[in-house]
Amino acid sequence: MVPLSYYLVLSGILFACGVTGFLIKRNIITIFMSIELMLNGVNLSFVAFAAHWHVLAGQVFVFFVMVVAAAEAAVGLAIIISVYRTRETLNVDRVNLLKL
Amino acid sequence: MTSSLNLWLIPVLPLAGAAINGFFGKKSSRTAVSVVGLFFSGAAFAWALSVAWRFSSFTLPYQEYLAHWIRSGSFSADFALYLDQLSLVMLLVVTGVGFLIHIYSVGYMWDDPSYYRFFCYLNLFMFFMLTLVLANNYLLMFIGWEGVGLASYLLIGFWFTKDSAASAGKKAFIVNRIGDFGFLIGLFLLIQHFGSLNFTQVFDKVRPIAPETAGAGLLTAIGILLMVGACGKSAQIPLYVWLPDAMEGPTPVSALIHAATMVTAGVYMVSRSHVIFERAPIALTVVAIIGTLTALFAATIGITQTDIKKVLAYSTISQLGYMFMACGVGAFSAGIFHLMTHAFFKGLLFLAAGSVIHAVGGEQDMRKMGGLRSYIPWTFLTMGIATLAIAGIPPLAGFWSKDEILWKAFSSEHGSWIYWLIGIITAFLTSFYMFRLLFMTFFGDYHGAHVDEHGHGTHGHDAHGHGEPHESPMVMLVPLMILAALSLVGGLVGIGNGFEHFLAPVFGSGEVTQAAGEAASRGTEFLLMGISITVAVLGFLLAYILYVSKPHLPQKIATALNGFYEAVLHKYYVDELYAKLFVKPLIDGSTSILWQGVDRKVIDDTVNNAADGARHVSDEVRHMQSGNLRSYAGWIAAGAAVLIAYMIWLGVGR
Amino acid sequence: MLSLHLILFLAFGAIALAGAVNLLVQRHPINAALSLIAVMAALAGEYLLLGAEFVAAVQVIVYAGAIMVLFVFVIMLLNAGVEEETKGSRVALLIGIPGMLLGSLLIAWVVLRHSGTEAVAVGALPGAPRVIGQLLFHEFLLPFEITSILILVAIMGAVVLASKPTASGGPTQRIKD
Repeated sequence: MVPLSYYLVLSGILFACGVTGFLIKRNIITIFMSIELMLNGVNLSFVAFAAHWHVLAGQVFVFFVMVVAAAEAAVGLAIIISVYRTRETLNVDRVNLLKL
Repeated sequence: MTSSLNLWLIPVLPLAGAAINGFFGKKSSRTAVSVVGLFFSGAAFAWALSVAWRFSSFTLPYQEYLAHWIRSGSFSADFALYLDQLSLVMLLVVTGVGFLIHIYSVGYMWDDPSYYRFFCYLNLFMFFMLTLVLANNYLLMFIGWEGVGLASYLLIGFWFTKDSAASAGKKAFIVNRIGDFGFLIGLFLLIQHFGSLNFTQVFDKVRPIAPETAGAGLLTAIGILLMVGACGKSAQIPLYVWLPDAMEGPTPVSALIHAATMVTAGVYMVSRSHVIFERAPIALTVVAIIGTLTALFAATIGITQTDIKKVLAYSTISQLGYMFMACGVGAFSAGIFHLMTHAFFKGLLFLAAGSVIHAVGGEQDMRKMGGLRSYIPWTFLTMGIATLAIAGIPPLAGFWSKDEILWKAFSSEHGSWIYWLIGIITAFLTSFYMFRLLFMTFFGDYHGAHVDEHGHGTHGHDAHGHGEPHESPMVMLVPLMILAALSLVGGLVGIGNGFEHFLAPVFGSGEVTQAAGEAASRGTEFLLMGISITVAVLGFLLAYILYVSKPHLPQKIATALNGFYEAVLHKYYVDELYAKLFVKPLIDGSTSILWQGVDRKVIDDTVNNAADGARHVSDEVRHMQSGNLRSYAGWIAAGAAVLIAYMIWLGVGR
Repeated sequence: MLSLHLILFLAFGAIALAGAVNLLVQRHPINAALSLIAVMAALAGEYLLLGAEFVAAVQVIVYAGAIMVLFVFVIMLLNAGVEEETKGSRVALLIGIPGMLLGSLLIAWVVLRHSGTEAVAVGALPGAPRVIGQLLFHEFLLPFEITSILILVAIMGAVVLASKPTASGGPTQRIKD
């Protein structure tokens, strides 16, 4: 019997790793993967709560999260390809034309 | 009352004239402007005459309610007009003399480029003065009071491109304002204690109050404050300093405003408030003392002045002093009588002086005139009549009114022989300096330059090319003659106390002044009359000696009395004293405290610092927009962490 | 209390954590991608432990099998190499990481302290596909339909954005800076 809190702590750690990766990585694609990691952590949290409270809607919601993550990944990668074509770099620090 | 007198027409007609001339005058021809100006002021005079004609068929006082104005709690003031014998006298004087001066101005100001503006302002002045005279409550009167001050400012500074004229206008308005402040406080006291400013209501409430013989009380305070206002408007000590400077304005302005009408507003107001004054003996004494001192003071300055208009200005101040002396001893009807005759002869004197100035091409210094009686005989004749009138030679107008005042000053319950004595001395000085003016201007040899320009002062016009002083046109001479006729016969209404009886319903048949016994007073009255005539003749003789037969004497006397002469010549340095005591500290205070301190340091700096602050803040904050993705992410993460911590704190419910 | 449930949970959890940390540490994106796949696989195991069969299957098929494959394809397409060293933002390093650490520590502390000892049983909530399907088509019909539209839009967007650059106007016009 695993206490609920264990699942939540694991989920939290995964999320924290995702945020850290988002902040310290320089490659756009790696940053994207950090975002996916965050989403996964959250999914785990959803499922754990669904099991704890016996509400199936939690699992349905995970389904939707995955769908959205897929759409987002598709479009995001397309944008990355576009950016790569124009700026010839995948380093996020080089894509700074919006500075003042 | 079955029919209405339609009093409102009297003030409104000149207002219409002012509006028409003001808006359309610039594009209209001189003739059109003159017609408009003369028509409306003449119509007002005609209507005033018709009112006088129908006067006896109305119960008096007649009040005409025009419109609702202020209703505030229990206080109300309305646009309403009030007519009784006193206002009728003032009405006729203002409209009549005003109309004559309008006619005169057509000739005098003909060559001025701002012709239309002059008539607009003149009509505007008539409107305000008539409002003042016809008002049925102090508040409407105050509007007229302020309005004539405004018109006076506009007209004194009529040639505003001249620095001295603009300054004189400002001086007049500001000094008047000081008086108005006292007037306003008096009005506030009236509202506070009697709940109204309406004449009928206030006087009905004041009448039952016993006279404040014990000491100063509420009525004394009100009386003195009202007198402060009158001092400003009627140029008494200490607020007279604006009147001599007001001579910068065109001569018809000096005649109308500063001789016949505006300056008499103070006398009218004090007379109107006689109910209050009669119950405040201390206030009456204050009025009498101020009037008497001013009369003497101004007369002494008048004997040394060399500018013809300045002499007349000081003479006006002196004669106003007589009127206040009369009011101060309770002889209000005598004061009004003198007001009327003074309007005639002083108005005439100023208009004639204008004619003289016009004749010699703008020169106002009497030392450069002389011997003009052969060049401008009609002006000389009319001016001579006016001089006889003001000196108090019977049977001209001035004699009757001035003598009435002196008699009442001597005999009245509030009077005293001191007032009479100072009055007699002033009469002597008046006669002296007026005849001095006459002799210096019209007798002897002509000392002036030949007339090259047809001008009135330093704002010259087209060259007229005469080379000699010339008589004025008829349009200027006719008013002179009419006024001369009035100066001759105008005083006869005073015979047998006729004027006093006419005004009796207003002033209560002079119960305050009939203290002396009948029989004994008759003889004294004739004795005093004789003394005043003698004094007037002495003045004439002295002037004759000094300025006609032995013209070298004045200079020797002046050098003999050197210090004293210099002081009098420079008007006792009063203007300089005021400048040092009041004007300079105010200007310095304003500059250092209000301008540099408040305006610059506080207001400007606040605005500047606000702007600078905004700039500095934005300078720091703009670094957030770096375009760097990771810094944005960092901020987002930090913000999210704060939010999460807050929500946890809330959820844990500590 | 050392049950098999706990052992399995800890095993899958360890794998997930290792993968996550590896994602942070690796310098080449392809290594990071592979670590992420490992994380996802471990999480699928966790879902099974909680009885969510359908979700576990979808996780493997969609997430690990499609999305990550897409990632790998793009990495190969763009020939992404080892990351360069550039100076990033001080804010991210100074505020972001400590903030995030703080946040997660807070959460962990609160959770552990306040959640008591209620446990989740193995297979606590069986999520059979039939049941989930019924939910999807009854209560969650609207979100279901909208997400399908979302996918459609995403497909179109991706196609347009990633298409060959055209010479004249359009979103994919080549811009030289």
